[in-house]
Amino acid sequence: MFKRLPEGGAGAVTFDYEGQSISACAGDTVAAAVLVAGSGHTRTTPVSGAPRLPYCMIGVCFDCLMEIDGVPNRQACLVEVREGMKVRRQIGAREAGA
Amino acid sequence: MTDNVDMIVIGAGPAGMAAATEAQSLGLSVLVLDEQVEPGGQIYRNIGRNDHKSLAFKNILGADYLRGRHVAKDFDRSGVAYKSGATVWQVDPDGAVSYSHEGVARQASGKRILLATGAMERPVPIPGWTLPGVMGAGAAQVLLKSAGAVPEGRVALAGSGPLLLLVARQLIDAGAELAAVLETTRRSDYFRAAGKLPQALRASDYLRKGISMRLKVREAKAPIYSGVRGLAAEGENRVVRLRFRHRGGDRDVAIDTLLLHEGVVPNLQITRALGCEHEWFAPQRYWRPVLDEWFNATVPNVAVAGDGAGIFGAEAAVLAGRISAFEAAYVLDKLPRAERESRAAPLRRRLNRHLAIRPLLDALFPPNAETLVPSDDSTVVCRCEEITAGAIREGVALGGVGPNQLKSYTRCGMGPCQGRLCGLTVAEIIADARGVSAADVGYYRIRPPIKPVTLEELAAFGE
Repeated sequence: MFKRLPEGGAGAVTFDYEGQSISACAGDTVAAAVLVAGSGHTRTTPVSGAPRLPYCMIGVCFDCLMEIDGVPNRQACLVEVREGMKVRRQIGAREAGA
Repeated sequence: MTDNVDMIVIGAGPAGMAAATEAQSLGLSVLVLDEQVEPGGQIYRNIGRNDHKSLAFKNILGADYLRGRHVAKDFDRSGVAYKSGATVWQVDPDGAVSYSHEGVARQASGKRILLATGAMERPVPIPGWTLPGVMGAGAAQVLLKSAGAVPEGRVALAGSGPLLLLVARQLIDAGAELAAVLETTRRSDYFRAAGKLPQALRASDYLRKGISMRLKVREAKAPIYSGVRGLAAEGENRVVRLRFRHRGGDRDVAIDTLLLHEGVVPNLQITRALGCEHEWFAPQRYWRPVLDEWFNATVPNVAVAGDGAGIFGAEAAVLAGRISAFEAAYVLDKLPRAERESRAAPLRRRLNRHLAIRPLLDALFPPNAETLVPSDDSTVVCRCEEITAGAIREGVALGGVGPNQLKSYTRCGMGPCQGRLCGLTVAEIIADARGVSAADVGYYRIRPPIKPVTLEELAAFGE
């Protein structure tokens, strides 16, 4: 749902999103990288299961919660994407003990 | 392990960077903690990297943005201790600051705390605002600055405020397909604002910029609708359409992305959790911390500079940050009283010039009454717990008088964002239903940790 301008970013980083290899730019946040890659939703809500995408991009709304390298409920807009990172949607609440 | 310093600055936007640089040069030991990847805050987001991009890209971002490179360079050269990716989750009145950094909880202690936590976009609760494809106009601007990315497909911008037109201008220049700009500002707002014009002429550069941004949108042939009402985003699993009323008629526009904006408000999570006193700023309907002329809050040794103290913009934030650094140096016996005054005086004169435009902007862009108090009962107010405007009104009917009661009745404000995205709306709905002012209704009681912290992070505390 977002497209990169020619001047957009420099340096390719490859990470894994839901089992797919995605290329991003160095310095991207995980949220930005996933929005550029295109994704219908990045989480579903614990209450109704509604799909959500990042809303504020500045660390206040928590709609960008994702599972990053096995850690659930991380604010993807505050985490810099790194080579080989494993990113998954946050489906509902985090599991107790996860 | 605890870092002991003279001053801890929380936030590396214009106010935080300027304050830290100034304090360090006055001989204070300073630690800056910032949540983001790079210094700059949101207004100067990614300025260090973008300064090296093509001229075309820099023109899209604009001269006001590029002005941030001076503040960022001074900050960079100052050698101030600075941690990026540091999420502060507790600040104690004794100066202890707890934060998480790279998955480990840490603590630092400052004789003085400067909160430079900036602003956030005011929540815009319209029907459908939780749908994928709907986000803040400021959020889209963050994607432009931080990733060089713009929305794909048809974009609509809706709401009011200077940032709405700036983002419209930037997206047009970046080649995005602007389907429509819908302003909630009405003709009557322009007339009312005209009375503030003589004072605003002291800051006429702001006025020139505003006019040129509107002309840009006109040139791009993107339709501008003024005084729209009844905004509603529609779609199944993502937004496909925006409905609205204009001049009495129902209209709609097909879109792929909707960017909402109704101005920005101070981010008060830390001042609230610290127990600082706050005051209601009626023209823009937000709370701000009560500060003295040196930006000291009502909790000793805590100061607030920049938009976290009230919305005055980036250049004013730099000046406020520097003035607050003089105060910190004076209190810590690094600067004589007379010198605090003489250094601050010219900065205060410049600050007053930036403040002169605000009454005009405040009158021109009042937050839209419809989004302050959503009339449609099914509109989600609390995005985390999916609590609707109707549920809040039911709570008031049951006898709830304030946000804390409504929190226990409905769970509003109890999700991970801890009320950041619903606090103002819940207060306004209660005030409206009770026929009193939001100032009397008050706000959620905010308790630490102000950001979620995991047991794993706590277990690694101090390692």
